[in-house]
Amino acid sequence: MNAADTVDAAAGRGAAADAAADHAAGQWESVIGLEVHVQLKTRSKIFAPSATDYGAPPNTQACGLSIGLPGLLPVMNMEAAKLAVRFGLAVGAQINRRSVFARKHYFYPDLPKGYQISQYEEPIVGAGALEIDTAAGPKTIRITRAHLEEDAGKSLHEDFHGQTGIDLNRAGTPLLEIVSEADLRSAAEAAAYLRKIHALVRYLDISDGNMQEGSFRCDANVSVRRVGDTALGTRTELKNINSFRFVEKAIDYEVRRHIEVRESGDAIVQETRLYDADRDQTRPMRSKEEAHDYRYFPDPDLPAMLLDDDFIDAVRAALPELPDARRRRFESDFGLPADDAAQLTAERAMADYFESVAGADGVDAKTAANWILGDFAAALNRDGVGVEQSPLPPAQMARLLQRLADQTISGKIAKEVFAAAWQGEGGVDAIIDARGLRQVTDHAAIASVVARVVDDHPQQVAQYRAGRHKVLGFLVGKVMQATAGKANPSSVNQILREKLGGAD
Amino acid sequence: MNFTDSAAATDDAAPMHRQSIAAHARALRRRDYSSVELTRHFLARIAAAEDLNAFITVTEDRALAQAEAADRRLAAGDENSDADAAPLLGIPLAHKDLFCTAGVLTSCGSKILSNFIAPYDATVVDKLNRGGAVTVGKTNLDEFAMGSSNETSCAGAVRNPWDKTRVPGGSSGGSAAAVAARLAPVATGTDTGGSIRQPAALCGLTGIKPSYGRVSRRGMVAFASSLDQAGVLATNAADAAIVLRAMAGFDAADSTSLQLDVPDYPALLASARAESGKPLAGKTIGLPREFFGADVAPDVADCIDAALAQLRALGASTVEVELPNSAAGIPCYYVLAPAEASSNLARFDGVRYGHRAADAADIDDLYARSRGEGFGAEVKRRIMVGTFVLSSGYYDAYYLKAQKLRRLIADDFRRAFEVCDLLAGPTTPATAFELGEKTRDPVAMYLNDIFTNAVNLAGLPALSIPAGFDRANLPVGLQLIGDYLDEATPLIAAHCYQQATDWHRQTPAEYA
Repeated sequence: MNAADTVDAAAGRGAAADAAADHAAGQWESVIGLEVHVQLKTRSKIFAPSATDYGAPPNTQACGLSIGLPGLLPVMNMEAAKLAVRFGLAVGAQINRRSVFARKHYFYPDLPKGYQISQYEEPIVGAGALEIDTAAGPKTIRITRAHLEEDAGKSLHEDFHGQTGIDLNRAGTPLLEIVSEADLRSAAEAAAYLRKIHALVRYLDISDGNMQEGSFRCDANVSVRRVGDTALGTRTELKNINSFRFVEKAIDYEVRRHIEVRESGDAIVQETRLYDADRDQTRPMRSKEEAHDYRYFPDPDLPAMLLDDDFIDAVRAALPELPDARRRRFESDFGLPADDAAQLTAERAMADYFESVAGADGVDAKTAANWILGDFAAALNRDGVGVEQSPLPPAQMARLLQRLADQTISGKIAKEVFAAAWQGEGGVDAIIDARGLRQVTDHAAIASVVARVVDDHPQQVAQYRAGRHKVLGFLVGKVMQATAGKANPSSVNQILREKLGGAD
Repeated sequence: MNFTDSAAATDDAAPMHRQSIAAHARALRRRDYSSVELTRHFLARIAAAEDLNAFITVTEDRALAQAEAADRRLAAGDENSDADAAPLLGIPLAHKDLFCTAGVLTSCGSKILSNFIAPYDATVVDKLNRGGAVTVGKTNLDEFAMGSSNETSCAGAVRNPWDKTRVPGGSSGGSAAAVAARLAPVATGTDTGGSIRQPAALCGLTGIKPSYGRVSRRGMVAFASSLDQAGVLATNAADAAIVLRAMAGFDAADSTSLQLDVPDYPALLASARAESGKPLAGKTIGLPREFFGADVAPDVADCIDAALAQLRALGASTVEVELPNSAAGIPCYYVLAPAEASSNLARFDGVRYGHRAADAADIDDLYARSRGEGFGAEVKRRIMVGTFVLSSGYYDAYYLKAQKLRRLIADDFRRAFEVCDLLAGPTTPATAFELGEKTRDPVAMYLNDIFTNAVNLAGLPALSIPAGFDRANLPVGLQLIGDYLDEATPLIAAHCYQQATDWHRQTPAEYA
């Protein structure tokens, strides 16, 4: 057990801070497992024909099955099985040729049948594993299983004057619940794992991973134990966490709470808790909300789902390149530093964008990586848009970098062109022409400006010649100013140096 | 015995309401009467027999509209109106009120669905509609098909047309009473543990439950999904064969329906009409020792013995077989069926449709009171039993053990069918009992299904046919059980038996 794996009661901030402080106390370690619920990207519901689009007016996508009309029966949407198998193969998991749907019973207004169809004893995806990066290096997190189930509807508590509205559009949307072993040892690891799963499901194109819309959410099982102990402590379950930031904060809070309780000599109560982001704390759910005996039993309306080798082979054959493999390829094929490769491959759309820019003629891969991770990522972030919605298609980004490489524009001008293109002013070449940004590389033209600047600044010239070479930057700046930035900076430097040195 | 109708030797000599489907089909095409006239005839009989309480809803207007449409098709005389292609065109029938019917109340005999109008037709209803059948109404039943006497319906008990102080059996009691009193030529039913065969026996009818998966369950409100199967209550095997063929077949909207072609049952029956007088030659009938014990009433046993002698006279041989686990049938059934029922009925919560309690304090109060008010005692009993056997700590001891027993019971049948082609025995241990006689003793009520529910556990096809009367002039039913997917063999045996006997032609005196 290393220092990063332990957490101390006194340390109140992030995992890194904890880790440092803990080493001194060095007595508790947190044990965390996650259940990640991923909404699968199928057009229709898992057992019903109605659509799964998000944001439709309430109950317009609630067919008879979605509202639990008597007499209607579930029929498996094999597209959902395909997406589940795709995930299973991506984490090297066992794919179960036979899996069984079971009914999980509880009463809630947004659960129309009084039970949720899920998988219990025989899930579609068995044991697999995922590697995450931690401060101490790569670490393998075991995945226990992943099973298919249907989502519930939504209860709408606002706008109904003390009553509750029920929207069953979401009822029956397919979910893949991915259950990890309790291999995570800090909130930071949990967040890293969650990010990794998120990137993976988007890579695999099995989910849009949209956390705001609830397409990606998780429950965390948290316990603590003395370092060196092998038995697990009593755990609590944190329900319905829907952001990377909250998963880290919620677990941090919960771990501290466990340690405080244990150190004060009390016992942890096994219970389900909710994270309150406003107060940054967890609180128990009402006992009624959790006191369920789900009475699972195999759903008699659905025969066991049998997958044959052809089905699984077809899914395997269509698997995209996975993030880790792509990262290694970016390092070897494009000669990118590990960090760049990791950042670029974290998201499939970003990696695709990079590949299409870097693959263009005359574009240097490292320059492309710098621009994409720099200005491009910053602009996406600033405008809150995804790579797919970026106003600058990869071909235009490539053109920008080509113009930089062929010295049509300087790096500084390139930023201006980028900004203009981002604002939708037009294509890169059109902007350069329209704004007259073509770089001046003509030696004579630059030399004449340099001569004027030298004449106008005798004092600085004298200082330079007296050995204060730092003043060169001032003179370069004056030349650039006089050419409205269009002079090729290296030509300016060279000519200026010759001029000043030549007169020496 | 009351041979009220013994004179009706041929179909065509009998009054309109005692004609077979084939005879109606001929008459409609001969223009002897129209579908509208036929439908009005039965609607009038329904109105005159209100005291039986066989119907929950009579769909007079719709029936007449359907009959008019059928008459137009018959008049057009196109290939789709041919008697072979459309044997049910213009024929009135009734649906058990467990099948969803678009725009018409589907109550399931329960207060909780007393205001439920389905927006769609069950697949069975849809198939029969498309075949041109005329729906005269929705028949009474035990609440959610839970019962063996039709006394648990919120619409009140149904009376047996043979003796109105007695029960018609259940749960398809309304369908049975309606057909027995000739208020409709034929009716649909559902059978989870005997709910077609037992009322058929008690009302002197031919009732068939096909193999599990033969008929779509879509639109049939679920009681116990792994056991429920739709079927037919008719006056004779040939009619049952026609209707079964029309309602059976694969349905992509029911994952448990079988992707198999439906045999042409009527043609198979027609070809079995052997000239030799020994149409059942070569067929071996297994007699399960467990079905011939001391718990069978003497009159019933006598009728069954006579029926077996008749079947032997038709060329069949009989052999004793054993179903050693059949004693476990009732307990096994009464664990599994309530378990599934407790789950299937969870959706009736007062939130989206059905009965909702007034002025609920909160959501839990809404659930508790809507369900408390909406379900009757027998349904509540089964929901509680089912909830118990699925709860953690009891699941293994009850539900899982019952599932294992179910496999053993199915294995017994499989072994028996290695030495015979079909099984025979009494459908019920006794004839119709009196209203109220068993309502206070659920176990006595459950024992009515002792010979029928193992068949559902094994998913086999079976039918009950009239095989005589006891000393109180109450009908006795003979059960014929076929091997999995073999509806044809028991249907053929029943048909041959009915060629040689006239028990199936008897009608209660008041309804002759």
